[in-house]
Amino acid sequence: MTETIAFLIEKSIVAAGFFVVVLGVVAYATLGERKIAGYFQDRHGPNRAGPWGILQPIADGVKFFAKEDFIPDRADKILFVIAPTFTFMAAGFIMAVIPFGDRLTIFGREVLLQIADINIGILYILAISGLGAYGIVIGGWASNNKYSLMGGIRTSGQLISYEIAMGLAIVALLLDHGTMSLRTIVMQQSGAIWHWSVFTHPIGFMIFLVSAFAEASRMPFDLPEAENELVGGYHTEYSSMKFGLFQFGEYTHMTLASGLIITLYFGGWSIPFVPIPENPGILWGLLTFCAFWAKTLLMMFVFMWVRWTLPRFRYDQLMNLGWKKLIPLGIFNIVLTAGLLLVFQSMGLTN
Amino acid sequence: MLPRDFIPVLITFLVVGGFAWITLLATHLLGPKRYSPEKMDTYECGVDYRDDARSRFSIKFYLVGVLFVIFDLEVVFMYPWAVNFRELGLFGFASMGVFLVILTIGLLYEWKKGALEWE
Repeated sequence: MTETIAFLIEKSIVAAGFFVVVLGVVAYATLGERKIAGYFQDRHGPNRAGPWGILQPIADGVKFFAKEDFIPDRADKILFVIAPTFTFMAAGFIMAVIPFGDRLTIFGREVLLQIADINIGILYILAISGLGAYGIVIGGWASNNKYSLMGGIRTSGQLISYEIAMGLAIVALLLDHGTMSLRTIVMQQSGAIWHWSVFTHPIGFMIFLVSAFAEASRMPFDLPEAENELVGGYHTEYSSMKFGLFQFGEYTHMTLASGLIITLYFGGWSIPFVPIPENPGILWGLLTFCAFWAKTLLMMFVFMWVRWTLPRFRYDQLMNLGWKKLIPLGIFNIVLTAGLLLVFQSMGLTN
Repeated sequence: MLPRDFIPVLITFLVVGGFAWITLLATHLLGPKRYSPEKMDTYECGVDYRDDARSRFSIKFYLVGVLFVIFDLEVVFMYPWAVNFRELGLFGFASMGVFLVILTIGLLYEWKKGALEWE
């Protein structure tokens, strides 16, 4: 009984702690994005709230809370309120299975730096990220505004198309790893740097990366809110923190998608050439935690870099890329990976 | 009874969901309330509102929806195969090969039929 209570307390602390860390990263990602945009365009970006604009995310948050929270008369009241929480929750739930680090020993208790190491981690992620489309579609529909509705419908088409490509890329990865537990996948990539899946699955990585951009509806795939065509897309009618939750959800999705790319293709929390110790102390846990976030922040920089480099797709180009290029390429990649694995197996090589 | 591994997932649901709903409640209580009929009107770039937004839209979106259901089911079908691929060996490769050929023929068919064209 005490063991169960200790387990519950431990997991609650871990979950709340990681949520706070993710929220902090997300809040500062908004500042980082604007700073990076500023430097790309040869200007300073936000620099009034605190030194180097460091208090900007807090100022933004306070402003969101102080704004009027209204529901347009023609909107569907209940769905209008549910939609933003749905988007945010679908993005945030992914956090549950991402391995943020290895283990650490504290107060004589071995704590896993991952909220839940379930054996169907990848299925869980696909299921939850599939829910993300609902928040946007419900929001677009409930607003009863033509721009919102168009944004919502476009989103549903985009998200479901790229989900297939993403699924196909993951199948090729699973062929190699033979497990759906994200922790085991990270462990298999530890050791030498060439154990990282990005070197063994380059085609799958490219498909996954493009799909991840589309799923997070980041530039060049930000058609759901294409501001020069659709005003604000699905969140045209939203104000105050309801809009804030949509925005937050988008950045949370980007953060955790980066974390997922790192976990699947860049060795997650493992540090290259450093073996995993038998009895980890606090230091080892913190090191792996920092390694994970260092890689993830670098990946998030790539997301922002691409945003300020590439122009937006047209909708037919977007669908062509998804259905006519990525899906055939994904099927080809599965056959190629499976064939190569069979050849290596018959030659007696394990990897 | 829920397996032990999944209890932390439920805790995450509570933490994230709780944050989202408390934020919404707080903004509802903290923000000002000033009603005006113009503000509550639907935004149409300044033009007077006309016609309900929920009218007809392109059939293409339905088509994509149907194709998605078919393809996504087939991808889900592949997961258990992929995880057990090393034990299944050549037999597994051949049987999934047949399945993939049928899947590719389906994709080519809809391609030729123009279901993937957006003009």
